[in-house]
Amino acid sequence: MTPLTVHRGRVFPLDRADVDTDQIIPKQFLKRIQRTGFGQFLFYDWRFEPDGREREFPLNEPRYREATILLARRNFGCGSSREHAPWALLDYGFRVLVAPSFADIFYNNCFQNGILPVVLPEATLDDLFVRASGPEPLTLEVDLPAQVIRGAGEPIPFEIDEFRKDALIRGLDEIGRTLHASDLIDAYEKTRCQDFLAPVH
Amino acid sequence: MAKTMLDKIWEDHVVARSPGEPDLIYIDLHLVHEVTSPQAFEGMRAAGRRVRRPERTFATEDHNVPTDPVPVVRDPIAREQLEALEANCREFGIRLLDMKSPERGIVHVVGPEQGLTQPGMTIVCGDSHTSTHGAFGALAFGIGTSEVEHVLATQCLRQSRPQSFEVRIEGKRPQGVTAKDIILGVIGRLTVSGAQGTVVEYTGEAIRALSMEERMTVCNMSIEMGARAGMVAPDETTFRYVHGRPFAPKGKDFDRAVAAWSRLPSDPGAVYDRVEVIRIEDLAPQVTWGTHPGMVGPVTGRVPDPSSARAPEERLAMERALAYMGLEPGTPLEAIPLDRVFIGSCTNARLEDLRLAARAVRGRRVAPHVRAMVVPGSELVRRAAEAEGLDEIFTQAGFEWRHAGCSMCLGMNPDILRPGERCASTSNRNFEGRQGRGGRTHLVSPLMAAAAAIAGHFVDVRQWELSDLPARGMSA
Ligand code: SF4
Repeated sequence: MTPLTVHRGRVFPLDRADVDTDQIIPKQFLKRIQRTGFGQFLFYDWRFEPDGREREFPLNEPRYREATILLARRNFGCGSSREHAPWALLDYGFRVLVAPSFADIFYNNCFQNGILPVVLPEATLDDLFVRASGPEPLTLEVDLPAQVIRGAGEPIPFEIDEFRKDALIRGLDEIGRTLHASDLIDAYEKTRCQDFLAPVH
Repeated sequence: MAKTMLDKIWEDHVVARSPGEPDLIYIDLHLVHEVTSPQAFEGMRAAGRRVRRPERTFATEDHNVPTDPVPVVRDPIAREQLEALEANCREFGIRLLDMKSPERGIVHVVGPEQGLTQPGMTIVCGDSHTSTHGAFGALAFGIGTSEVEHVLATQCLRQSRPQSFEVRIEGKRPQGVTAKDIILGVIGRLTVSGAQGTVVEYTGEAIRALSMEERMTVCNMSIEMGARAGMVAPDETTFRYVHGRPFAPKGKDFDRAVAAWSRLPSDPGAVYDRVEVIRIEDLAPQVTWGTHPGMVGPVTGRVPDPSSARAPEERLAMERALAYMGLEPGTPLEAIPLDRVFIGSCTNARLEDLRLAARAVRGRRVAPHVRAMVVPGSELVRRAAEAEGLDEIFTQAGFEWRHAGCSMCLGMNPDILRPGERCASTSNRNFEGRQGRGGRTHLVSPLMAAAAAIAGHFVDVRQWELSDLPARGMSA
């Protein structure tokens, strides 16, 4: 996982609430068995006609094309648990997502892939949306160690779980970390697993 | 201290706890399917890891599987995904119900049916509707592919403890109102993000009166209001359902299990982080009119007017939804004509669902302009329904009778809507393009879907005469 510390990038405002993972990546693109190459399918039905021509959609505008920070509305990433959604966002180039709230599974999935989801109050988001939707593109600097966003007036502080922050900054593999606790898992299995559970094979 | 069921199951599964870190919790059952697992197995291989507990891992093929009698996967990429799962299960020693297995079906139908799903367990799957299994008093939730890999490698997950949310359903359910209508009504009331960060425990007399299959329908859609999981406390109904199933504890073990399971329900006086009480005696059958499950209303109602929205953002969302759905504000929901009807999915394709639908269909004909299909949730459901003659009731009425799979719930197999087609569906998501690009989905109960297929538009099933089923149906 690529570590994330201070990220500077262009902002893309997606002014819709309840954007579900079916919109982020439609199911016809879930059949690949790799983790990469999903960026071309991001928001596919919004960005493209069925024949592959581009549609009128903000992300297709030159000023947003190179964006790496996504502004979204409440409940972003609801619906299916597909990790293809963060894979598509990451592969397209997004490293930071900012919204008033995220769906739980999606929120977890972001951290697993080195994407930082930032939760900010609605009012702060409203202001960012105004700034990012103007004729001049907005560039922000997201400083994870300091937990602030700079570039839109006063620096905007944000909250994040320490454990997750640390993992993002160091680009840590969570599995490796858990495997360090193998002896605890062994002990749990010996003493606490309910013995009436039949093996399933 | 009085504990909630969530407290008890959580504490039972904590492997390690350190300040400032999410808990490391043990996973009792890991269900796997072809769409969300290939990258996880690939990661395992790349790191040279083995599956820690193959005997607590169980795989099915369901999302991509065609619903023809002999499924032939023509889509080369779908085939690659299915073959990858087969190869991965062989390599890592995991039991798989593959496409040819007589017990195969949708993962959330098969788990309970095989007795894999049991009270008090932690259950995960790379699929958001894992919440279904909470109907047994288990803590069951969907995870992403990285977490699938984490569980394969460690049988554990790092999780912050969610909040507990009691949703108490009071009152007697009116005639013609099903478990699906109850959960759609709850989502309409609490909104699609109203339960975020929580595990919902459904309580109250209306829930206690539900069968296991109905409880599964309710828990299945918990994710549609943003809940991490949904659950119902286990009781006699639960124990009776689990008893005798292939992977359920047997004999003395079963008695010991029941003793343990009986201690799971929340203690009297346990305090939930949130409580909501919803009465259902006036609930009508529900129909969604928009592009998420919270855009829902009674069948007797009308398509709402965006100008009635409370906030500009909501008005915008409503306008967009109505444009996508091709609906005019003020149209009575009963006047909406349909092109397709889909009875299926992990929400509503169990035997009781099919029986209920058959009661509306028997002796009637599907409207000439409607194409209707029934896709049983598993092959066992299909065979049980055929033994009762339900397939004949459906086919005589003009329904297609298919084999098991996720099918048109998400249209990853060849069953999809064409652009602009309007469908009454018993599934759980009416998102844009969910059943096929440009397709328009209305979520309803199996009873409502069946009646809509006959009438060619939505109807209030409370007004309908329902047939009795043939006598052989009564024995099962
Ligand atoms: S039936 Fe639909 S919701 Fe259920 S597991 Fe299959 S695709 Fe997902």
